[in-house]
Amino acid sequence: MSKNSEKAVSGEMLTAEAIARKTGKLSYRIKKNKASYFMIAPYFILFFFFTILPVIMSIGFSFTYYNMLEMPEFVGWKNYVKLFLEDDIFLTSLKNTLILAIVTGPVSYFMCLLFAWIINEFHGWLRAFLTLIFYAPSICGNAYVVWNLILSGDRYGYLNGFLMKLGLLDEAQVWMKTESYVLPMLIVVQLWLSLGTGFLSFIAGLQTVDKSLYEAAALDGVKNRWQELWYVTLPSMKPQLMFGAVMQITQSFAIADVSLNLAGNPSVNYAGATVVTHLLDYGTVRFEMGYASAIATILFLLMIGSNKLVQKLLGRVGE
Amino acid sequence: MARHNDEYIVKPKRRLFKRAKKLNRSMAGNTMLFVVMIICGLAMVVPLVMVINNCLKPLDELFQFPPRIFVKNPTLENFSDLFTLMNDSWVPFSRYMLNTVIITGGGMIGHVIIASLAAYPLAKHNFPGKKILFSMVVLSMMFSWQVTQTPQYMIISWLHINNTYFALILPACAFGMGLYLMKQFMEQLPDSLMESARLDGANEWKIFWNIVMPNVKPAWLTLAIFQFQQMWGNSGSTFLRDEQLKPLQYALNQIVAGGPARAGAAAAVTFIIAAVPITFFLICQKNVLETMTSSGMKD
Repeated sequence: MSKNSEKAVSGEMLTAEAIARKTGKLSYRIKKNKASYFMIAPYFILFFFFTILPVIMSIGFSFTYYNMLEMPEFVGWKNYVKLFLEDDIFLTSLKNTLILAIVTGPVSYFMCLLFAWIINEFHGWLRAFLTLIFYAPSICGNAYVVWNLILSGDRYGYLNGFLMKLGLLDEAQVWMKTESYVLPMLIVVQLWLSLGTGFLSFIAGLQTVDKSLYEAAALDGVKNRWQELWYVTLPSMKPQLMFGAVMQITQSFAIADVSLNLAGNPSVNYAGATVVTHLLDYGTVRFEMGYASAIATILFLLMIGSNKLVQKLLGRVGE
Repeated sequence: MARHNDEYIVKPKRRLFKRAKKLNRSMAGNTMLFVVMIICGLAMVVPLVMVINNCLKPLDELFQFPPRIFVKNPTLENFSDLFTLMNDSWVPFSRYMLNTVIITGGGMIGHVIIASLAAYPLAKHNFPGKKILFSMVVLSMMFSWQVTQTPQYMIISWLHINNTYFALILPACAFGMGLYLMKQFMEQLPDSLMESARLDGANEWKIFWNIVMPNVKPAWLTLAIFQFQQMWGNSGSTFLRDEQLKPLQYALNQIVAGGPARAGAAAAVTFIIAAVPITFFLICQKNVLETMTSSGMKD
């Protein structure tokens, strides 16, 4: 059909109208941009195989029983029912993840913003140095195991030694083996690690705010730096605020390695278990892929849901 | 980019700290922020200082009561211990290093090339499907790699690249954030740059390679660094079974796992693991920050 009409068009004199009709056509636009498609092909083929397909598979397999040896067997909502009604460890880990995310997400976001904002007042090498100090923990690989020495349960641990020297403690406290201390300690370590890409984005964003806006604001009656921050700086760096939020939220829901390395696996009474550690347990140790997929799907929905929600909220900054 | 305009104006004398004469800045406020900065900065830096000091401590200082942060008699014993342990390993240590170079190098170069190649049309061409493809990439930054880890493992074994370098390199090439940052950065290039080349008869590939790529150097350095940070910590034990294929990180973790007797070597390992990515960032900090100025999300 479309070929016929194309032939008809080429047979006639190409009027302006015909050209417009032809260029407007989807098939023509695809053909004209052939080079573009070739350029994006390598990335998106890999992206499909290692990101899109896994998400689809994860949702699909979450409704099956699958151990990688036998064919997957459809079980309906059974995995989800089991997760929420029978799996107490999952509920504990979900609770821990939500606590960790609700505390470290906003706090780390605020920290990123605060420190970036203060660093922006400095210049030259001092600024570069401060940026490095605050950013370094997030890129130092698993060097956070040094916290094992700080939180070590015997009296050689730095925290114990310090508190005993001050006389606040009589005997060594087994920090990471005491249920009530595990989550707060994980939060501290996670916050230390959390000034990452979002932080850099804020620093960079603060530098791009148009300086003349501040002068205009001063004429309009903005009196101090706090008002300046709220009325001028934040609205002008909204795009960075959005990007930083995505980084911090995703990070705060994915906490796992810190818990595995500091609290151990399994941690005392699962006080340090998170959704991701539970996922790793079923996905890489027990090979119950269907069940692991259900956990992954819940994690996926949690992350996407909270990201979308926060994006909506941030859209209102300065309005 | 406001910064470029500034360059035509006579630069004021560079100061470490903006004085109170600036708009809306009080001396009291400056002092307060300075104090806050010192306290928080110290809190951030103490664990890193410990990493540095611990690797220089002789064994008796590592197990000392009360524990001290600073080293008294610095020694390089820990590093020589580490090298002795390395020489004893079953697979020669140079092999682990080679593996790391191949895996991180392959991931970095592959990612920078593939992601830039895809970022150029997304930033500068107008083709059907562009919006939805890019929004999928943005969506992929909203969940972490753990979500896709299990199915990824299945796909990798179906593709029969399990137990090869590709199992680590290929997924790394398609990370979302690199493409995102590159695309945002390329969007700021003026269209006239490409238009004039097009009039001279250059095709899109030539434009990409000769005009776009040289102009986005800060961005590809940034992508390489972020990619390095991602891959450096990966011990690859999920996908690599052969000892000969495993990266340095794996070997180092094995040494650390040796218990208290290896506390000295472990301290040296921790230092090396932390020092490498920090050094890379230190060298390229300016480029990274320049790239991050365009990192913002518009909806």
